[in-house]
Amino acid sequence: MILDRTFLLKIAVGLALFALAAFSAFSLDNYQLQVGTSLAMLAVLCYAWNLVGGYMGYPSLATITFFGIGAYTDGIVQNLDQAIGVAWLAAAIAGAAIALLLGAALLRLKGHYFAIGTIATLEVAREIANNWDALTGGAIGLNIPIQMGSPEFVGRFFFLVMLALAVAAFLVTVVVDRTRFGFGLRCIRQNEQAASMVGIDVVRYKVAAFVLSGALSAAAGGVYASMVAYIEPKDAFNLVKTIEIPVMVMLGGMGTIFGPLIGSAFYVVLNEFVWANFINWHSGILGLIIVGVIYFLPGGVLGTRWPSAKGRMPMRARAAQPRTTA
Amino acid sequence: MLGQYLVNGLLTGGLYACLAVGFALVWGVLNVVNMLHGSMVILGAYVCIIGVQQFGVPLYVAAPLACIALFAFGYAVQRGLINRVVAQPILITLTLTFGLDLIVNNLLLYFVGATPRSLITNFGAVDLFGVRAPVVRIGGMLVAITLTLLLYWLLHHSKLGRAIIAVRMDRHAAALMGIRIPQIYALTFGIGALMAGAAGCAMALIYPTAPMMSGVFLGKAFIICVLGGLGSVPGAIVGGLVLGIAEGAGSLAFGPQWATTVGFVLMMAVIILLPSGLAGRKGFE
Repeated sequence: MILDRTFLLKIAVGLALFALAAFSAFSLDNYQLQVGTSLAMLAVLCYAWNLVGGYMGYPSLATITFFGIGAYTDGIVQNLDQAIGVAWLAAAIAGAAIALLLGAALLRLKGHYFAIGTIATLEVAREIANNWDALTGGAIGLNIPIQMGSPEFVGRFFFLVMLALAVAAFLVTVVVDRTRFGFGLRCIRQNEQAASMVGIDVVRYKVAAFVLSGALSAAAGGVYASMVAYIEPKDAFNLVKTIEIPVMVMLGGMGTIFGPLIGSAFYVVLNEFVWANFINWHSGILGLIIVGVIYFLPGGVLGTRWPSAKGRMPMRARAAQPRTTA
Repeated sequence: MLGQYLVNGLLTGGLYACLAVGFALVWGVLNVVNMLHGSMVILGAYVCIIGVQQFGVPLYVAAPLACIALFAFGYAVQRGLINRVVAQPILITLTLTFGLDLIVNNLLLYFVGATPRSLITNFGAVDLFGVRAPVVRIGGMLVAITLTLLLYWLLHHSKLGRAIIAVRMDRHAAALMGIRIPQIYALTFGIGALMAGAAGCAMALIYPTAPMMSGVFLGKAFIICVLGGLGSVPGAIVGGLVLGIAEGAGSLAFGPQWATTVGFVLMMAVIILLPSGLAGRKGFE
């Protein structure tokens, strides 16, 4: 691992933010805890996507497939009277295993075909959850045992668990960013054939990133399912969510260690504001945000050169943006 | 029973071909996965339905009007918005069209509501060897197939069509030959929207449609496009018919609730095993 002083400082800032969030858990009310939990969850999903979409440059739309698989695994295992921790572990393992299988097939595709193939996994998974009544409860959904305790206690508990998962995702990203593995992924993003020629085991790197991403997403899904105590196919395998995740990362900055966090935080704040004020126009405003990000912040908050203190906007800001090759 | 499923499959397949051909064209020529396609189908259906039901325009006027309106819409969207980012990585164009889809869908929901609507038509049905086929579905399929073939003819026998094909083959070489690429892109997207509108009109005659169904149509377009091979018009026809029949066979074998899954599983298999599609040529992947 290559660690210079700036990078260590960045890690420290990140961990301090997470620690601050953890301590504040005891002074937040239930609504704030709920928003915080969904922010932590989205941050995990964004970090998970960032490994494949940001570092490796593969436009994956399968994040929510793994999230849903994790949610259902958690529900099924918990309904077998297993402890909640066992269910979460099972969710992460199921996510990793299915990512391994799907990755081996899908990662041979590129560009549009990869994007569409990953969307198809979501559609197939949703249909299976809809129709395999015996296992998933079908379209009626699946009830999951509710955590005992007062609403405040349960809210705080899940907030802290989700936050711990976000810290884990952040640390995974930090490690990936500074090791040979991450370097290999960035090479794949820039030119896969060249990466293979300089001796990077392209297939193994790609599958490994996909598995890591799948396990993180599925773990988030597992915790989410335990928290809401009821899941249904439409909620667990949601197409809009699977496209929102890359948008959030784009909003923050792809292939960076803070991009996913900043993007999901911005997004949650915007989302809460829009939900509270324009409920009928929610999806339309979401669309406007997406279009706005693409035209005005194509490199994300971190990739955009903001006007300097003297008020000049560098004209060449756009040329310097990170690009994914698709 | 089998015959009925087969005929139903063929009738649906014709519609599917029309539904997907615009999507296939845009994908092939612009290299854009148009997430807006499903909503354009719905938009076409509703222009037609509102024209007929609220303004009393006869169907044979309302449907072409809907197609023209959609062409104008598609042209404007491409010219004004998508052309600016068309050369960017696919994640950008895909999310951009997805964002536009959310906007259009929200507007549709607001103005026409979420209740499914359809044009109520009753032209009777034909019985042949115990197989029943409603006339309106035969008509819808014939119109859809005719339009699709017309598009094929246009692509191969008109100046515009040759220009579109040239751009698909090699954008830079086409530009050197004096073809105005942004103009061709906008026209192609307009034609894609027009075909979506036509499919929407045919759908409105047969099924109740609602803004929430745009995702279903988009999913079908994905599958057909992958099945038939990227960007080719004959591919869309092959893919549409194959999907129609596969869904029929799937619902016969596993029950109707699995029909959609059969389509997507078929698509996954083709995407992995035959990336140039069932009817596609190498090099167009």
